[in-house]
Amino acid sequence: MATTAQPTAPSTPKMVTLTIEGRQVTVPEGTSILEAGKRAGILIPHYCYHPGLPVAGVCRMCLVEVEKAPKLAPSCATAAADGQVVHVHSEKARAAREGVLEMLLINHPLDCPICDQAGECELQDYTYQEGPKELHLKDPKRFHPAEDFGGDILYVTNRCILCTRCVRFMDDVAHDTVLNVEERGDRAVIGVFEGKEVTNPWAGNIVDLCPVGALLSKDFLNKARAWEIDRAPSICPGCSQGCNIMLETRDNAVVRLQPRPNDEVNKYFMCDHGRLDYRWIDRTDRVQFPLVRDGQSLVATDWDPAIAAASKAIAGKRIFVAASPNLSNESLFLLSELMRAGNGTGAFTVPTGPEAPLPGVEDLSLRADRAANGRGAETLGFRRSANPLDGMNDGDALIIADCELDGIAPEQLARTGSVVVIGTTFPQIARMASAVLPTANFAEDEGTFTNLRGRVQRFTQARPAPGVARPMWWVLSDLLTATGRTDATFFLASDVFAALGKSHPAFAGMTYDSLGLRGAIMAGAEGAR
Amino acid sequence: MGYPNPVSPQETPVLSQYFGNQETISLDGWRKVGGYAALQKALGMTPAEIVDVVKASGLRGRGGAGFPTGVKWSFMKPGDGRPHYLCCNADESEPGTFKDREIMRWTPHALVEGCAIGSYAIGAETCYIYIRGEFTEPLLRVRQAIKEAYDAGILGANAMGTGKRIDIIVHKGAGAYICGEETALMNSIEGRRGNPRIKPPFPAVSGLFAQPTTINNVETLAAVPHIINRGADWYKSMCLSNPKSTGSKLFSVCGNIARPGNYEVVLGFSFKEFLYDLCGGPPKGRSFKAVIPGGISVPIQTMEEAEATKMDYEGFIEQGSMLGSGGVIVFDDQQSMVKQIARAARFFAHESCAQCTQCREGTAWTTRILERIRDGEGTAEDLDTLLLIADNMTGKTICVLSDSCATPVVSGIKKFRSEFEALIKKTTFHPVTAAVA
Amino acid sequence: MTAAIPRNGHDGNQDGGHEHGAPYQPVFVGARRQELDELFTKYPTKMACLLPALWIVQDERGWVSEEAMAEVADVLELTPAYVKGVVTFYTMYNQHPVGKYLIQVCTTSPCNVCGAENVVGAFLQQTGCGELGVTSADGKYTVIEVECLGACGFATPVMINEGFVESVTPEKVPQILAGLD
Repeated sequence: MATTAQPTAPSTPKMVTLTIEGRQVTVPEGTSILEAGKRAGILIPHYCYHPGLPVAGVCRMCLVEVEKAPKLAPSCATAAADGQVVHVHSEKARAAREGVLEMLLINHPLDCPICDQAGECELQDYTYQEGPKELHLKDPKRFHPAEDFGGDILYVTNRCILCTRCVRFMDDVAHDTVLNVEERGDRAVIGVFEGKEVTNPWAGNIVDLCPVGALLSKDFLNKARAWEIDRAPSICPGCSQGCNIMLETRDNAVVRLQPRPNDEVNKYFMCDHGRLDYRWIDRTDRVQFPLVRDGQSLVATDWDPAIAAASKAIAGKRIFVAASPNLSNESLFLLSELMRAGNGTGAFTVPTGPEAPLPGVEDLSLRADRAANGRGAETLGFRRSANPLDGMNDGDALIIADCELDGIAPEQLARTGSVVVIGTTFPQIARMASAVLPTANFAEDEGTFTNLRGRVQRFTQARPAPGVARPMWWVLSDLLTATGRTDATFFLASDVFAALGKSHPAFAGMTYDSLGLRGAIMAGAEGAR
Repeated sequence: MGYPNPVSPQETPVLSQYFGNQETISLDGWRKVGGYAALQKALGMTPAEIVDVVKASGLRGRGGAGFPTGVKWSFMKPGDGRPHYLCCNADESEPGTFKDREIMRWTPHALVEGCAIGSYAIGAETCYIYIRGEFTEPLLRVRQAIKEAYDAGILGANAMGTGKRIDIIVHKGAGAYICGEETALMNSIEGRRGNPRIKPPFPAVSGLFAQPTTINNVETLAAVPHIINRGADWYKSMCLSNPKSTGSKLFSVCGNIARPGNYEVVLGFSFKEFLYDLCGGPPKGRSFKAVIPGGISVPIQTMEEAEATKMDYEGFIEQGSMLGSGGVIVFDDQQSMVKQIARAARFFAHESCAQCTQCREGTAWTTRILERIRDGEGTAEDLDTLLLIADNMTGKTICVLSDSCATPVVSGIKKFRSEFEALIKKTTFHPVTAAVA
Repeated sequence: MTAAIPRNGHDGNQDGGHEHGAPYQPVFVGARRQELDELFTKYPTKMACLLPALWIVQDERGWVSEEAMAEVADVLELTPAYVKGVVTFYTMYNQHPVGKYLIQVCTTSPCNVCGAENVVGAFLQQTGCGELGVTSADGKYTVIEVECLGACGFATPVMINEGFVESVTPEKVPQILAGLD
């Protein structure tokens, strides 16, 4: 272009400063008092408000006292104004909230002992915090039977507080208005149209959104108490979107996946495909001990002899790696190092399925690529192919890196020079392997995945690996050392990541600290700054 | 006139002049008595001029809120390039009120004319008249009047030959008191549940179909042609007490009284003279006990308060109530205030839209307690509980239905406490098991 | 035990005149479709035609069935769940078949103090319904209580289908019923 472009300054919104509970806070004009409160570190109790949904202002729980205003203001629906003085815990405001809580409790069944929501229930939380000391109700509570809404959703009508988060999610975010409010007054309930079940691929989010135990996941029903659960931040491996999740375990068994907020990736949501597909994490056919060949059979052994055997099996041969696109960047990096040392190549296969976008959120979809780190594998030099052995030559040392080798006939493995399995399972087709080195899956390890937009995101360890299985990057580090490398001894995943950054410009400058829990875009990827 | 009773000399029949007259229902009949002269005149004025006249007249919203009409019209910004809408609120569901139906069934063209002038004044080409579904006859008459007006070229793309477009469409309601609330009314026209909206945004900024909208009551709009014809000063001169309350008002009188009906008097009229003289006093052999002067949502008055009242916006407030819609409900000494307040609570519980927690739960809870007291199952704590619930229901919700339910409870307990206490015998209560809905 | 506040569209007797097992016939064909097309010219959105469209259904069939809700949803490009949410909000759309004559008596406070409950009693007794909301055995009558009909000075007002009768007393009930058919 010949002409010089005029520099356009980014438009700075007008800021307003207000005082909430004695704390001054400055926010962009148009911010609600409730959000301004969050910035000031004050949580104003609320139910119907959710940052991912349009404002409703119906629960009346967020009422605050604003000096010089005639009435209490619903803070979710009132804009912060310059010079406003807001009281969240004044007598009037607390009395109003106590009134709302009492009104919610009068018909709410005392189900806590049998309700899944107990321990993570906002009605419990606020009642405990500032609820009425006694209920004045002397009349019978109204009763509704529970309803099956279809799909994974159970609606326990009695517990519903009519906050309408679920209705607004299905309408405004999922663009699939399958839920409604029916009737008026205290007869009002959430309803579905008979025959039109809630099978939307994003419906599971309404269970997260429900502040109480009215909407429940049938999958999670009665599985665990909220306070028995351990939680680890992770990344959903269901597809290449890379939704941020909390991986939840009870006694080291995975009981639930829940979305974790990330404005850049998945906002507050995850799809049902990813949410409900976690049972494989606890599969029982795991390799737990290293195996080495002894004649016709494989025998369990210690790590050192196993590494030695694997090293011997690949020595002197060209190396081909059949990799899983669900391996971490750290593991794929060290595999690629092995590949390079062996003058070899590698390939990966990605299962695909139909896409399912969430229309109300920009760039959020269940992606066709049903794997967590296809992009990472590509970036690190692996070829994407329908054939897992694409590029393998006769006589190669085949390293099967956590890959099931679907669609491969046993004859094809006969042409290899040797086979080493490094992974979580031992595929039947690789029975002739010289060594089998057991590894941890993503729930038992720490590392990074790269999503389809080039965002590198961390996942963390939720529980220990079975038997003596080790993180794959650790095993590969030992293997590289055994092949003669002197700079490949890694004890921390973060050290592997640092080495990756030094070696690949796309990851340059990234550290686990800099990624935090939001991730960062690879250099050179669209959206990178 | 105190239709269906004969006109009394103290009345000022402006809007009610033709109640009971079969002739003025049709376009020809309306024209014979000077109809559509006001619209002709108005279309020759500028919208701003019309707004000024209405402002100067002191006309206030006759639906219940009493907001100055001219000021409300001035909120509509001319020339903003957005479609403006006028909505006529003919939902008339406030118990005790039955004036708009009379305007619509005897003088439907008065309403059409008022709507046309109002539309023009606020820059709207489209007016929706929201008539409640139960109003069979008004629906028929107004639809017929509109058809006549279109056929005669009064409405349509070329209103009265001026080249200006005025379209009026009747929207039939389907049974919901809350749709008389202006934002719920807009939602109902849009094909939604009749849920009131949070304000801001206000209708003049973002209303029907998110466009600038004004909502006016039937009686308010029916007064406009008279103001155009006879001038603001004439309207302002109709004032017997407070200068902020001008004009005539239709008071719908019902309940235990000799001559129920719609009476039109100048604001500031003596309520005592109104009740005992114009309306004929209590039924034979009975005496008055209480009166609710402005529809069921305003505080109950004792007869002492009522007899001291000047019938205008300020006058009713001074005597412990509000003018509201002007629906005068009279209770005689045979009535149980507890039973009637319980019935009022049941009304609100039936009509609550269910959005706000306090209203949804509070109206039903209040009803249950009151009905228990009515049936002799009340306990000593119940009155305090009722007042606590009423306090929680006041000033904390999206719309004032919640406050309206609390009002008869609070004023009833305050002014007729002895009736409640007489029914309360128990000091303890034995709860029963849950009831299946 | 106090009576529950009734659900909208009342839980009427299921049998009142409805042909069981007959396949659903669409409403919006022929003249009714033309009415709908006419409606589209009066509102800027299809959603805004919902209440009038439901009135067309009720005028045609006497009640709004679930199949009718699905049909309305289809012609207005809404979801059936949405339409149902709206139908159940408003009391005048009957969600079940009702008797040939739906008798609706106002019993809100102004009429209540004028003996409205006696009028209800008279209707219940003389129609043979016996109970509120239950259609009479011959399928002719259903009697319900409704809230304020806006005719308080003409107590007690009674709606019979779309017809409006004012100043009803228990004494007038036999004459009113006789005049129906």
